[in-house]
Amino acid sequence: MSEVGKTPTPAGRAGTKKELPEHFKAYKHVWVFIEQERGQVHPVSWELMGAGRKLADKLKVDLAAVVIGPNAEVTTQTAAESFRYGADLAYVVADDILSDYRNESYTKALTDVVNTYKPEILLLGATTLGRDLAGSVATTLLTGLTADCTELDVDTDGSLAATRPTFGGSLLCTIYTLNYRPQMATVRPRVMSMPEPVERPVGRIVFHPLGLVEDDIVTKVLSFMPDRDSAKSNLAYADVVVAGGLGLGSPENFQLVRQLAAVLGADYGCSRPLVQKGWAPADRQIGQTGKTIRPKLYIAAGISGAIQHRVGVEGADMIVAINTDKNAPIFDFAHVGIVTDAIRLLPALTEAFRARLSPHSRDRMAS
Amino acid sequence: MHIIVCIKQVPDSAQIRVHPVTNTIMRQGVPTIINPYDLFALEAALALRDKLGGEVTVLTMGPPSAEDSLRKALTFGADRAVLLTDRFFAGADTLATTYALATAIRKINDVYGAADIVFTGKQTIDGDTAQVGPGIAKRLGLLQLTYVSKVGSLDLTARTIDVERRSEGGVQVLRTRLPCLVTMLEASNEIRRGTMADALRAARAEVVKWSAQDAGVEDISKCGLRGSPTIVKRVFAPPARAERASMVEFGQEPPADALIKAIFARQPKLEADLAELARGY
Ligand SMILES: Cc1cc2nc3c(=O)[nH]c(=O)nc-3n(C[C@H](O)[C@H](O)[C@H](O)COP(=O)(O)OP(=O)(O)OC[C@H]3O[C@@H](n4cnc5c(N)ncnc54)[C@H](O)[C@@H]3O)c2cc1C
Ligand SMILES: Nc1ncnc2c1ncn2[C@@H]1O[C@H](COP(=O)(O)O)[C@@H](O)[C@H]1O
Repeated sequence: MSEVGKTPTPAGRAGTKKELPEHFKAYKHVWVFIEQERGQVHPVSWELMGAGRKLADKLKVDLAAVVIGPNAEVTTQTAAESFRYGADLAYVVADDILSDYRNESYTKALTDVVNTYKPEILLLGATTLGRDLAGSVATTLLTGLTADCTELDVDTDGSLAATRPTFGGSLLCTIYTLNYRPQMATVRPRVMSMPEPVERPVGRIVFHPLGLVEDDIVTKVLSFMPDRDSAKSNLAYADVVVAGGLGLGSPENFQLVRQLAAVLGADYGCSRPLVQKGWAPADRQIGQTGKTIRPKLYIAAGISGAIQHRVGVEGADMIVAINTDKNAPIFDFAHVGIVTDAIRLLPALTEAFRARLSPHSRDRMAS
Repeated sequence: MHIIVCIKQVPDSAQIRVHPVTNTIMRQGVPTIINPYDLFALEAALALRDKLGGEVTVLTMGPPSAEDSLRKALTFGADRAVLLTDRFFAGADTLATTYALATAIRKINDVYGAADIVFTGKQTIDGDTAQVGPGIAKRLGLLQLTYVSKVGSLDLTARTIDVERRSEGGVQVLRTRLPCLVTMLEASNEIRRGTMADALRAARAEVVKWSAQDAGVEDISKCGLRGSPTIVKRVFAPPARAERASMVEFGQEPPADALIKAIFARQPKLEADLAELARGY
């Protein structure tokens, strides 16, 4: 692969807002990279379409989806799907070389489309794929990239204001990319809410050629080992989540969380120390360095509510906290709190929910 | 074989406190550590060297005090340490950071032999962007392997490397060519303790210190704050929620019943949703 391209000349010193350099003025519209792997669109892409639509409306520009994938129906179908989530048009690079994600081919595809059609804002999901791609594309384009944003907005002068946690999540900061284009940002799954899909007339699809042959790509995919279904946790997308923290005292007591989750048809999670102690696997961690969740109901037992945990659960419709300490910080952002011993409450809660939610009791209520 | 590992000295953020009134970060007295993710990268590099021979160079860009981290890396068994330090580097965002680090890596290649692999951590716990690795790879034209959970076979004659790479729905097994850049996933291994001999050597070893000029930086305006396309406009504490949790008083009632009542009183629709989910189970 070649060296990074020529440096676009910035308007003087970065960090000071000057008039945008002439060659960047052609950069318009908001784009969202639609991440699909093995025919599966990552939901974060649609979440970003929701956020992108708001930015585009504020700027009075178009919202475009960028779909990169194999030369097959799934790719065009994904483009069509993007219209339902608010895209005005879709740029599509379809080539069988792009069946598997590889940094080289995807970076080439995305940078080429950007250089040809010049977006003002480019959003990607902060997934393993999105972060791998975003870093390469931003460096190739020599532009700024703000990672893991929790809020995106447009300033009065039309700049993208990207807010993200900093210093281990104890503070938030708002970052601007002043004199460079596009302004790039990544957002983690579930940080933005999922927009309602709408029935819309089909938008415009613009096909762009890849301009690579397989021999140009050094990296080969030898095999792909999909995660076993049992290994997959659907935590980020669960409707109900029950989680436990250090307050549970022992790995055995963590079973109480799993039992309640089972009765509620919920997924279970934990705070970070439980992963560090080996009480729960890493993909069960909720928070800044774990999963972000947006369930209808979140029950936290024996979790103090540190800021790194808080940022991962704030999107929940209802947060219920169980803690022995009435001054625990979790009560500052929970909706319903109860000061009691979780180790005793959890089994009782499991039984009470079981009784209340059983079909038998429902029949009784219905009659 | 020559392997370069990029490490960063970071504040131990478990110990960072925010001043309750001024909302500024109280860094005084906060101990620094090697970015935890970088230790997985360092261990992967040392293991390869032990198996195949060669040298491991650790590199960091930071203030003069970052020398501590390098010395620590030497006690784990790294062969050489390079500290890139200059006031021109201060305030760098990822693009400016990768410019400086890529320049230093070119110089290391010239002086100590071309690197076959450059390792970085997956991400830092202070910057937390996971971009510096890919940025360096792009600038140096290295093949990029991120989120690597396992380095498999490495063929020095054919100059190929196989790795297992975490992707969203599974693990990709990739083969690519050297030289390449690998960012290591957490929990892929554990850093060794280092031998007594390493500790003694580290205490005496000289850490190579380069300024921007020493490293061969050609365009100082691409470094530090000046070379950073992004700027931090505002730093603020997360806003508190307007109201605190409503607390469930249960008196004589079983607490579980009182809690369930409070939940459904607040969101009546939830009961039907839960019944639906519970049926699924
Ligand atoms: C860079 C960084 C990233 C981090 N990322 C995350 C992250 O993603 N997710 C995360 O969760 N943390 C994260 N942390 C850790 C975070 O700062 C906290 O240390 C952690 O969330 C605390 O976990 P905890 O609430 O389980 O434990 P503790 O803070 O020890 O709280 C235990 C709570 O249980 C209560 N309790 C005790 N006994 C009982 C009982 N019998 N019944 C009920 N309550 C009881 C106590 O009153 C206390 O409030 C991160 C930290 C750093 C520095
Ligand atoms: N100042 C630095 N000096 C050396 N390596 C760094 C520096 N900053 C970041 N890195 C490397 O790049 C990785 C990713 O960092 P980040 O993009 O900040 O999350 C880290 O794990 C380090 O290996």
